Amino acid sequence: MSQSGTVENDGVGRLLLRSSGNTNVQLGVICLLILAVMTALRPDMFLSSYNFESMAFFMPELGILSVAMMIAMLTGGIDLSIIGVANLAGITAGTLFGYLAGEAGAGSLGAGAVILGVGVGLIVGALAGLLNGLLISRLRITPILATLGTGQVFIGLCLVLTGGPAIVGFPAGWTWLGNGKIAAIPVPLVLFAVLCVALSLLLSRTSFGLRLKLIGTNPKASLFAGIERGRMIVWSYILTGGLAAMAGILLSARTNAAKSDYGASYLLQAVLIAVLGGTNPAGGKGNVLGVALAVISLTLLSSGFQMMRVSNHLIDFVWGAFLIAVIALNSLRGRKGR
Amino acid sequence: MASPPLIELRGISKRFGGVRALDDVSMTIERAEIRCLAGENGSGKSTLIKIVSGVYQPDEGEILFDGKSPGRLDPATSIAHGIQVIYQDLSLFPTLTVVENLFLNTYLRERQKTVDWRRGRRMAREVLDRLDVDLDLDANVETLPAAGRQIVAIARAVLAEARLIIMDEPTTALTGREVERMFRIVRDLQQQGIAVLFVSHKMREMLEISEALSVFRNGKKVAEGPIAEFDERAITRAMTGRDLNTGRFAAPRRDRDATPRLTLEGVSVGDDVHDVSLRVMPGEVVGLSGRIGAGRTTLAKAIFGLRQDVTGRMEIDGARLAPASVSDAIAAGVAYVPEDRLSEGLFLGRSIRDNAISAAMDRYAPRLWLDAGRARTETERMFDDMQIVAPGTDVPVSTLSGGNQQRVVIGRWLMTDARLLILNGPTVGVDVGSKEQIHGIIHGLTRDRGLAVVMISDDLPELAANCNRVLTMEDGRLTGELAGDALTEDALEASMAGASARETA
Amino acid sequence: MKLFNNADVVIALILLVAMVFIGLVNPAFWQLSNIFSLLKSNVVIGLMALGVLLVMISGGIDVSFTAFAVAGMYLVVRSMVALDYDGVILPFLCATAIGGLLGLMNAGIIHKFNMIPLIVTLGTASVVRGLVLGLVGTSNVNINQMPDALIAFGRTDIATLERANGTTYGLTAMIAIYVAAALCMHLVLTRTMIGRSVYAYGADPEAAKRVGFKTGRTMIFVYCTAGALAGFAGLLHSSMIWLANPRDFVGLELDVIAAVVLGGASIFGGRGTVLGTVLGVFILVMIQNSLILMGIDTTWQRVVVGAMLLAAVTVTALRDRRALV
Repeated sequence: MSQSGTVENDGVGRLLLRSSGNTNVQLGVICLLILAVMTALRPDMFLSSYNFESMAFFMPELGILSVAMMIAMLTGGIDLSIIGVANLAGITAGTLFGYLAGEAGAGSLGAGAVILGVGVGLIVGALAGLLNGLLISRLRITPILATLGTGQVFIGLCLVLTGGPAIVGFPAGWTWLGNGKIAAIPVPLVLFAVLCVALSLLLSRTSFGLRLKLIGTNPKASLFAGIERGRMIVWSYILTGGLAAMAGILLSARTNAAKSDYGASYLLQAVLIAVLGGTNPAGGKGNVLGVALAVISLTLLSSGFQMMRVSNHLIDFVWGAFLIAVIALNSLRGRKGR
Repeated sequence: MASPPLIELRGISKRFGGVRALDDVSMTIERAEIRCLAGENGSGKSTLIKIVSGVYQPDEGEILFDGKSPGRLDPATSIAHGIQVIYQDLSLFPTLTVVENLFLNTYLRERQKTVDWRRGRRMAREVLDRLDVDLDLDANVETLPAAGRQIVAIARAVLAEARLIIMDEPTTALTGREVERMFRIVRDLQQQGIAVLFVSHKMREMLEISEALSVFRNGKKVAEGPIAEFDERAITRAMTGRDLNTGRFAAPRRDRDATPRLTLEGVSVGDDVHDVSLRVMPGEVVGLSGRIGAGRTTLAKAIFGLRQDVTGRMEIDGARLAPASVSDAIAAGVAYVPEDRLSEGLFLGRSIRDNAISAAMDRYAPRLWLDAGRARTETERMFDDMQIVAPGTDVPVSTLSGGNQQRVVIGRWLMTDARLLILNGPTVGVDVGSKEQIHGIIHGLTRDRGLAVVMISDDLPELAANCNRVLTMEDGRLTGELAGDALTEDALEASMAGASARETA
Repeated sequence: MKLFNNADVVIALILLVAMVFIGLVNPAFWQLSNIFSLLKSNVVIGLMALGVLLVMISGGIDVSFTAFAVAGMYLVVRSMVALDYDGVILPFLCATAIGGLLGLMNAGIIHKFNMIPLIVTLGTASVVRGLVLGLVGTSNVNINQMPDALIAFGRTDIATLERANGTTYGLTAMIAIYVAAALCMHLVLTRTMIGRSVYAYGADPEAAKRVGFKTGRTMIFVYCTAGALAGFAGLLHSSMIWLANPRDFVGLELDVIAAVVLGGASIFGGRGTVLGTVLGVFILVMIQNSLILMGIDTTWQRVVVGAMLLAAVTVTALRDRRALV
């Protein structure tokens, strides 16, 4: 009720300020600022092509996980099982390669096996997402608890499959996915860019994306508009699971290894990046471009810190502090708006 | 009267930004008086409650308790003067027991640090005895029916030594019989010297029990007096500011053998609707009148695929309708404008376009791809048809006025292949000008598209002026029909009065 | 006021059935030494679970308490080593205070910015772990460096028995601390206004405010107590295993949350009892520890915990089912 009264006064200006486009401009500026500061501090190292290249190989995993998290948040949910899904995908593929290659060693496997492995990994991710989606929409378990529980199960399955230690030795074609280049551009970066464009279109130009956002905006009204909420939620978690699996494939391809506890710190970072990228954790709002810009900013930031020999642990501290600062800022801005 | 009134408001005004929520309002409430405060949404009722309970400070005017000014009135002072407000949501704790819901308030007021369960239990039992009701003290409040929860809320107010209990829309969730029981409790309260102020826009029930009435419109008190001076029509007129609408809607004559748009045969829904049979022809506007809880909304929800416990036969244009979901119902041509626009109807943060296409997504995205061009042109056409006032179709609906929001909710069904439009409270909280336009638009739709309309409303003049037939519902059954010259406000009022007389008997 | 509610009885029955079943598979389960070691494993998880219970009753969730436990434990042990201080009471007070202060940070952020507790506590957990590991150190404090008094304290037994082969085993005295803490929590939750304010806030924050509860105070009570319990439990853990590892407790939040949910608390708030939580913790620990007794490979442990959490939340979701219309 009170919302309806405010617009007459200063409507258009506020609308522009609040639109997601503006958040993205802010994020772009932050990106450039970080770049400028880091360059000023350590021009020799920061601007080296080696540095950029290492970021380009490492960033896509985190970027894809963050986009996956954003998609779960669109309907007002969250997916805490993405790391479990990612590792499970990598480990399932690795186990499959071990089985296929037998004594010869996985390194000898050809392109066919790699494609099969990617397919199996993605299917594992989609099935994991399906499980999450069904628990959330059919049994109406809160997303936090459902994915907390399935995350445990997935990590547990990773342990069962590996028996504890990492699986090492993937086919050459597989590691190319994580370390190769197409026309001088790292393969993971190409994949990330393609995924971003595709998902951005999916979320902004299709009925699927609009339905997810409507559900997140007002679940009850979506019911009265005939949107099949349960089915949409299941699909959104399948998509999230598939993306997490993709990230897991890239992770195992880059490191040539898969283990149950790889990438554990990515979970918090994915939440942070999604929120920083303009996603509303209560649902209804989020866009791929914002998340992509957020992941670029934070990768630049942490690479800069690493260059200045700040310990990894302190970088964790910075990530956490950043998350809280973003929350606080959003909250203060929201309050002023009201 | 010799002693000063319990509360006296003198020249209260309150503004929010440029909006004048209350404009020079004076009013008194005597001891042990039962008064009703009537007015449509946005008439200033809730602002008045918040001023009396100390949540808002008035810009001008003063409030006297027992003839004396309390100075600056804050919530604690208001409570100390015996003012208790029961909000529509009751503000109870659903997962806690009845006992605890009752005593927490008192212990807080006494600034207790520890909880004396035995004493709390005694207090709870005493107050329920005082109200002469029987409730399981150890039941969680969430397990109680709406009426039980209402009683807990009243008992809690009594325990807090209330001298005036303000009840905001108290009967919305109650069935007829439960309303009766609540009225008996209210009369008991009066015997014990407690005043009650009902705040409602559904004044019908209040007529039975209130002794005095104050009517608000656009922040002003527009009518006041003993209840005997008012009939329902006079109240509605005071609330809406409309003169008696003598206009009448006549459905176009159709072939008697034409297939009805909607056919119901022996439809029952759970325990709420029993054996309802009716037909609605193309171009007809059929009203559904009845008390709250008579089963009107349940029937609408059943047709719209929101209830799965439906027996009997439903047909749309002669084809069987057995919707397993809302999308089935929409595909069959049913459209429903829900009661609560803000929580059920709108996606507040989203644009007019997104709201408009929300129910017809398959039309604009037959596969997956959204045909943005088509969505835009058709939204713009709807925008013009519904005469929406807004800078464009990209603005969020949260920025629109109530009337324009309601046009979006109705208009989005123009974008589907709706053949039956069910309107639940089509103009609640809509200003008078908008109201007439919306009625005009609805009539235009029946004329141009052969739409059949079912209109559920508590606004009797609205029903009388806009329907060609009105069916009355009572306790889940259809009990009567008024049509043609027999359809007048007086006749509607009489049939409603008959219904309540039967229920009381 | 009922001492037992129905949910607790159900949980107790599940526990009994599970015990009988495990006992049938392997009678060694019923040996007193096994029961004693089970009880011992309950202490640290149980103390943390009491804190998480409080948070869940208030309608929140906390994943930062393990980080706070590490902070309490590691800061205190490292300081004791550095200052060459040997004692028990002061260190435990310090660890509790550290946890409480960190909890205050949670309460402040959640209340002030009205932000989803999960995301806030994810952030504070990262901040605290990052600071401890980045600034204080990453190396373990081993048994030979650990302050003697702490070790001695952790070894205290209430009862000592002798096996047939002459070795002895005992019931740790720490169980008494756990029982006392649980009893205190039970009394606070059921007999004080601050305890009831937690339930009221969890049931309906808006209504709690309207009735006149000072909800800011309630939030501070909830998160500070949860933090303090975690800090205390952290140090207790290190004194029981004679080791202070700054990377300890990673992933334990899941186990503790699973135990509390298993004990019947609702993530929607307003529901949960100390007795239920104590039983939930016991079930979780018992099943984890009995996998070997039942001949199941330990690599399955995580799967079992995850599955138990899912089973418990499914049951509570069915109980709390809220219709959308």
